[in-house]
Amino acid sequence: MIAELGLAALWLAAALAALQLVSGALGLTERGAVLGGAVRPVAVVQGGLALLAFACLIYVFSVTDLSVKLVALNSHSMKPLVFKIAGAWGNHEGSMLLWVTVMGLGGAFVALVEKRLPERTMLATLAGQAFVSLGFYAFLLLASNPFERLSPVPMEGNGLNPLLQDLGLAFHPPTLYLGYVGLSIAFSFAIGALVTREVGPAFAKAMRPWVLGAWIFLTVGITAGSYWAYYELGWGGWWFWDPVENASLMPWLAATALLHSCGVLAARNALRAWTIMLGVVAFSMSMIGTFLVRSGILTSVHAFAVDPQRGTFILALLAIYIGGALVLFGLRAATVTEGERFAFVSREGALVVNNVMLSAILGIVLFGTLYPLFAEAMGAKVSVGPPYFNPMSALFAVPMLVVLMVGPLLRWRRDKFGRVGRGLVIPAMLVVAGGIGVLVLGGVALLPWIGLALSVGLGWASLLPLKGRNLRRTPLPIWGMVVAHFGIAVALFGMSSESAFSVEKLVAVRMGEVTQVGPWGVKLGTVEPVAGPNWTAMEARLLVRYGIDGKVTRMLPQSRSFWTPPQQTSESALLTRWNGQLYAVLGGEAPKVDGEKQSRWQLRLWWKPFAPLIWIGGLLIALGGLLALLGRVAADVRRIVAKDKIAYRREKQGR
Amino acid sequence: MSDLPAKAPRWAIWLPLALFLGFVALVIVGLYRPADRNVASALVGKSMPQFDLPAALPGRPGLDSKVLANGKPHLVNVFASWCIPCRVEAPQLGALAKAGVPIEGISVRDTTENLQGFLQTNGDPFQRIGADDDGKVQLALGSSGVPETYVVDGKGTIVYQHIGEIRPEHLGLLLEKLKEAGQ
Repeated sequence: MIAELGLAALWLAAALAALQLVSGALGLTERGAVLGGAVRPVAVVQGGLALLAFACLIYVFSVTDLSVKLVALNSHSMKPLVFKIAGAWGNHEGSMLLWVTVMGLGGAFVALVEKRLPERTMLATLAGQAFVSLGFYAFLLLASNPFERLSPVPMEGNGLNPLLQDLGLAFHPPTLYLGYVGLSIAFSFAIGALVTREVGPAFAKAMRPWVLGAWIFLTVGITAGSYWAYYELGWGGWWFWDPVENASLMPWLAATALLHSCGVLAARNALRAWTIMLGVVAFSMSMIGTFLVRSGILTSVHAFAVDPQRGTFILALLAIYIGGALVLFGLRAATVTEGERFAFVSREGALVVNNVMLSAILGIVLFGTLYPLFAEAMGAKVSVGPPYFNPMSALFAVPMLVVLMVGPLLRWRRDKFGRVGRGLVIPAMLVVAGGIGVLVLGGVALLPWIGLALSVGLGWASLLPLKGRNLRRTPLPIWGMVVAHFGIAVALFGMSSESAFSVEKLVAVRMGEVTQVGPWGVKLGTVEPVAGPNWTAMEARLLVRYGIDGKVTRMLPQSRSFWTPPQQTSESALLTRWNGQLYAVLGGEAPKVDGEKQSRWQLRLWWKPFAPLIWIGGLLIALGGLLALLGRVAADVRRIVAKDKIAYRREKQGR
Repeated sequence: MSDLPAKAPRWAIWLPLALFLGFVALVIVGLYRPADRNVASALVGKSMPQFDLPAALPGRPGLDSKVLANGKPHLVNVFASWCIPCRVEAPQLGALAKAGVPIEGISVRDTTENLQGFLQTNGDPFQRIGADDDGKVQLALGSSGVPETYVVDGKGTIVYQHIGEIRPEHLGLLLEKLKEAGQ
């Protein structure tokens, strides 16, 4: 019954989305104004019903109800409970349901708490949100019903992709989705503003917290995803420029640009049309990314639903929403005037550079991701990888990072470099010193060299906005900016150090044999079989020692075999020290050479100096966003409370 | 110093839409390209790896790669009783068997009991069934999931790989590939 309840809730939610669209649209007209009042409550109930449907799906997965086709295809009674639950969204249908749930909840949340936006823009925004939701409801209900029953009921389920059986990955998609779909709110805001032509500081201030929220989730999601790929795939890398990764990076780049242009619009009433454009682009990138991954049109190591028919459906949705929004933009952008002017050397100017560079990187990533498709249409098969992406994105990232050192110090509207110059002497010296230092070490490629030098100066420069301030009275958004920019320096240092100084070793060793990798001595103890709930594995006991007289520590990498469905995975072992990470992967048994009695095992070892800083930096960036969000929300609450107080006093006096 | 921003030209406003339409056109070409998008096994065009699997069922022959080089085209179906798409494709395999196609089975990580149950419910189109209990042959074939089906010509060379279940609409293509393999 629960599956039917979920399906009913889903249909009802879809119907309410239609109602929300119609009453929102009619509410904008004079004759239908009375309908406008229905929009907010309908949005709230719609969100609640979507959540109910999602809860039903989680329930049927948690009890492994095999009469539901989706459960039978993606779950197994022997799986640990947490992975049964994660199975609910670890597949195409479930993740689409998660998508509409987040969209519905986002709309409900906006309807409940958003007080800044003019009422008409609010109606148009919620109608826009409902319009987008409606397409995805249609997609779910007509093309990929998650609650479809199966007859006859199978004895056992098909399991879950073992690669996905990992805590990191179980919670990575929902986080990323909150970011992806959270951007739908910015999209709807942009639509709302285009419809009512109300673009200005008030609009930017209203939109900013929502963009920030989505951006924080995206940042955390990407960071977590990168760490997952690093330890789970056993390849020792943390970014592969895989289409699926690019699909998450592109909305992040657009959202980062949007966040900064929102700041310009809020503070200075400039970059109006551009901000609206980015609002449209950011969510479009979420949708395009999802489409590329889901349609099977690009091959990827972790694309999971290859189905051209569904691809066609999503493509139609894309054409309607993105195409429609861009047409609306084309028609209305000219009436949204550009707003206040400013000199090139100014805070706005620096933020424009940031926006242009981020957009350029976005273009490069998009082009590289689509290029194989383009080449295939021309009859050639190519793959585009790090040799294209790394230098091309660095070409724009490096100037952007240089501007990042100066930008936060500049004043709005008009400034002189001379004024901020003195403060930048130390960071500039740090860059040069860092550059020379790395050069002395030698053997470092160009990009990591630039990265190392820049990261040191950027780390210092990012703290400069705090100079001369009373730290306890510094507003939270300033703290947020400082922490996020410092996080970029930290992540950059980690990335550059990882690619400059990593040591890799692939060996076949006998038990008791010692291998040296970087400063580590690694001794293979034993290799023994172990059994888990739905897998068996060979587990190696490695005894490792840092330097000559370090403490001996144990590491236990495994080579796992799952049988539902049959698949082999490597469970790498990681040992984290303050100055880096030792990474060990157990391969197979090496073939015996003639006359050999004892078997040898393949081991892959990496010493990655300061690699954890990559993800620590990512989390700092997200933390910066969180601080800024808390600061903005707190200010909003204070403002509303003060307004209520004034209104109350006036009312009293009036009596 | 000049004030920014200069007003964007009118056509620039429509540029994003033009780019997006280009994207849509490209993707439509990609979606409807007739070429199969499956990751083709590196083994197509090469000979079947050597293996000798024990019988999966008592009283029935096991599968040996030499059988596949007996001069006649074969269909080799990798399947398992625990695999749902395998049930979906069973009627199609039955039809092929009825049409006289020799079908050999490789049963992956299965038990005799479950396998017998599966064949009783879904029909038994197989001439021989080899038991690949640890999935080694499956891996050697470059196959990552079940079901998968290979068309092998009379010399033991793999001429075609079909990933996923065989649906009614695939029958024509498979028969054609078998016919080509027989020439």
